[in-house]
Amino acid sequence: MQPVSRPNALAQRDLLGIEGLSPDRVSAILDLSESYVALNRNAQKKSDVLRGRTLILLFFETSTRTRTSFELAGKRLSADVINISVASSAIKKGETLIDTAMTLNAMHPDVIVVRHPDAGAVRLLANHVNCAVINAGDGSHEHPTQALLDALTIRRHKGRLDGLRVAICGDIMHSRVARSNILLLSMMGSQVRLVAPPTLVPPAIERMGAEVFHDMRVGLEECDIIMMLRLQAERMQGTFVPSTREYFRYFGLDEAKLAMARPDALIMHPGPMNRGVEIDSRVADDITRSAILEQVELGLAVRQACLDMLGRDPESG
Amino acid sequence: MTEKRTAYINARLLNPESGLDAAGALLTEGAEIADLGPQLFADGVPDGIETVDCSGHCLSPGLVDMHVHLREPGHEHKETIATGGLSALAGGVTSLCSMPNTDPVIDNVALIEFVQRRAREAKGVKVFPFAAATKGLDGKQLTEFGMLAEAGAVAFTDDGLPVANSQVMRRALSYAKTFDLMISQHAEDLSLSGCGCMAEGEVATRLGLDGIPEISETVIVERDIRLVEHSGGRYHVAHISTAEAVDCVRRAKARGLSVTCEAAPHHFSLTDLDVGDYRTFAKMAPPLRSESNRAAIVEGLKDGTIDAIATDHAPHDQESKRLPMAHAANGIVGLETLLPLSLELYHGGHMTLLELLRRLTLAPAELLKLPVGRLRKGAPADLLLFDPDVPWVVDTAKFRSMSKNSPFDGRPVQGRALRTVVDGRTLFTAGT
Repeated sequence: MQPVSRPNALAQRDLLGIEGLSPDRVSAILDLSESYVALNRNAQKKSDVLRGRTLILLFFETSTRTRTSFELAGKRLSADVINISVASSAIKKGETLIDTAMTLNAMHPDVIVVRHPDAGAVRLLANHVNCAVINAGDGSHEHPTQALLDALTIRRHKGRLDGLRVAICGDIMHSRVARSNILLLSMMGSQVRLVAPPTLVPPAIERMGAEVFHDMRVGLEECDIIMMLRLQAERMQGTFVPSTREYFRYFGLDEAKLAMARPDALIMHPGPMNRGVEIDSRVADDITRSAILEQVELGLAVRQACLDMLGRDPESG
Repeated sequence: MTEKRTAYINARLLNPESGLDAAGALLTEGAEIADLGPQLFADGVPDGIETVDCSGHCLSPGLVDMHVHLREPGHEHKETIATGGLSALAGGVTSLCSMPNTDPVIDNVALIEFVQRRAREAKGVKVFPFAAATKGLDGKQLTEFGMLAEAGAVAFTDDGLPVANSQVMRRALSYAKTFDLMISQHAEDLSLSGCGCMAEGEVATRLGLDGIPEISETVIVERDIRLVEHSGGRYHVAHISTAEAVDCVRRAKARGLSVTCEAAPHHFSLTDLDVGDYRTFAKMAPPLRSESNRAAIVEGLKDGTIDAIATDHAPHDQESKRLPMAHAANGIVGLETLLPLSLELYHGGHMTLLELLRRLTLAPAELLKLPVGRLRKGAPADLLLFDPDVPWVVDTAKFRSMSKNSPFDGRPVQGRALRTVVDGRTLFTAGT
């Protein structure tokens, strides 16, 4: 982990993962995000902090909420936003990714936001451009802005990020959201629990600072926060889990399992949700407990804050 | 209303759980064992209690056979849950585990419930079904372990076929940990078995038959133990048949892994020589092996490497067996020869009666977490009264099983069930 104060332009310029951020840096991003939350609730939502700057969204993987969120964030900050969606089937790996990076770099963008199906691909691209790069998700590795928006949601509800018991439930194996959240929440002083069948828990994940549970009722005991992860359709049939209904029975969040958590436990989900697979509809729609839509709202503010911090002229920032 | 009470007096009580081997009596009340011990009824049996004089014969927990093919649904001309149950009772078996390779395959909750309902209707032996590990035994998609276990499946296997794909086996073991369930493996590498129809070796070569090598079993057992070491899980080798595989299990146990196995009577009482002149009744999977493998099975049972004795009872009609060796069906019936063949280990001086009975009762019950297989106050009154010494000759024509495919027809043996009791009710008595 590199300290923020270190005069390394690259380390501060990119947001490639939670790994490498310090608690102070996280708090600073969240504090700035708060101001954008307020701004976004005004009729006049526009700010001109990135006027004249160019933002490229480069998505090698389909995305609705993250891409929209970044695009809107850029536009509200008055940046010129270019959207490049690349069907992943058209992509050749290795050389071509670097070529793409260098081509875009020649156009002098200020920030490139990248999502890629391969872990490590965003870092590889970042090594070949001069501008700031934000990782919008790379394979099963990291999705830092999701973890930051989750942190902001938690902080607004619980008033803190330390001393909480957080359960992350579902497909940990294939989840970049899980990895970023484990890193962020344990760094901030909370206790992270992972709840999943053994087939969906990657080996040695406990070395990242989390405790693993295969019985959801036990895993949810006294939890302050319950984060549900999407079980991807391609994993529902086969050898990871036998079926959707069996998965829901033992690992879906319903009223009975929810009752094991603290009465004021907050329910979160990075979306998109599979109702009846990992979460019961009534639980998802319970506005007294579910922060799922609020996460989307706060996600926009967090991305504005990240673009703001990384996209400003280094001299004025 | 008071429950029916029955006193079994003048018995030699044998209970592997407590190590009890003493003259005494046992009292059942309703479906449970109410009391037992050397002093019980020392002053006579009070009025109003039915009395069974055991005449000094052995009274033990009823046998628990964790590997039985009942053929229903799908092959009711070979065996049904009812006839298989009668065969079991005649052999002294009070609990059995049915294998899921029926037609359709027992891979969903409705079919588990079907097996249980048919067993209830038969009002006989207790049937604890295994469920398939993969859907339709396809070796690809796991079945709903959690829901099947809730419905009553006691373990999971694709028996008849191996789970061949290493990743599927790894995930099966791993996923089963969620519910602390056992995966039982038919350990056979089919690519190594090829077209083999008996054990590879001199006999097969002389007969001109394709052989099944020992490594066909060993490589799967070795692989699976590595998977257990890597991913955890409870692993069981069904019908283990080779010295090498027994040794693999022995070493895995020494390393503290959750690995167990069972052996079938034919694998410790016959060898490939018994295939003789193309006897299809001696064809089964895994095949009868060489004498050194047979001796290794006996050794594994003696030292506890092999946890349980299970029949792999596999009924087949005449038509399935009256074929050239290569085309004949695999498997033999075993329920009615289980006790005398197992007793050969006792008569041969390899094991004490208590040690032998442990592998036939308590050990399989413990592996599957079944409440049976023990003489204890409050336990189910599942009892076997047997004479360990009485000589007789196996006559398949007298089998209760619908199928008669046994290589033991005409074999002189010792020891047989005299009375089989399930939940306090006598369901079989010799001579009836």
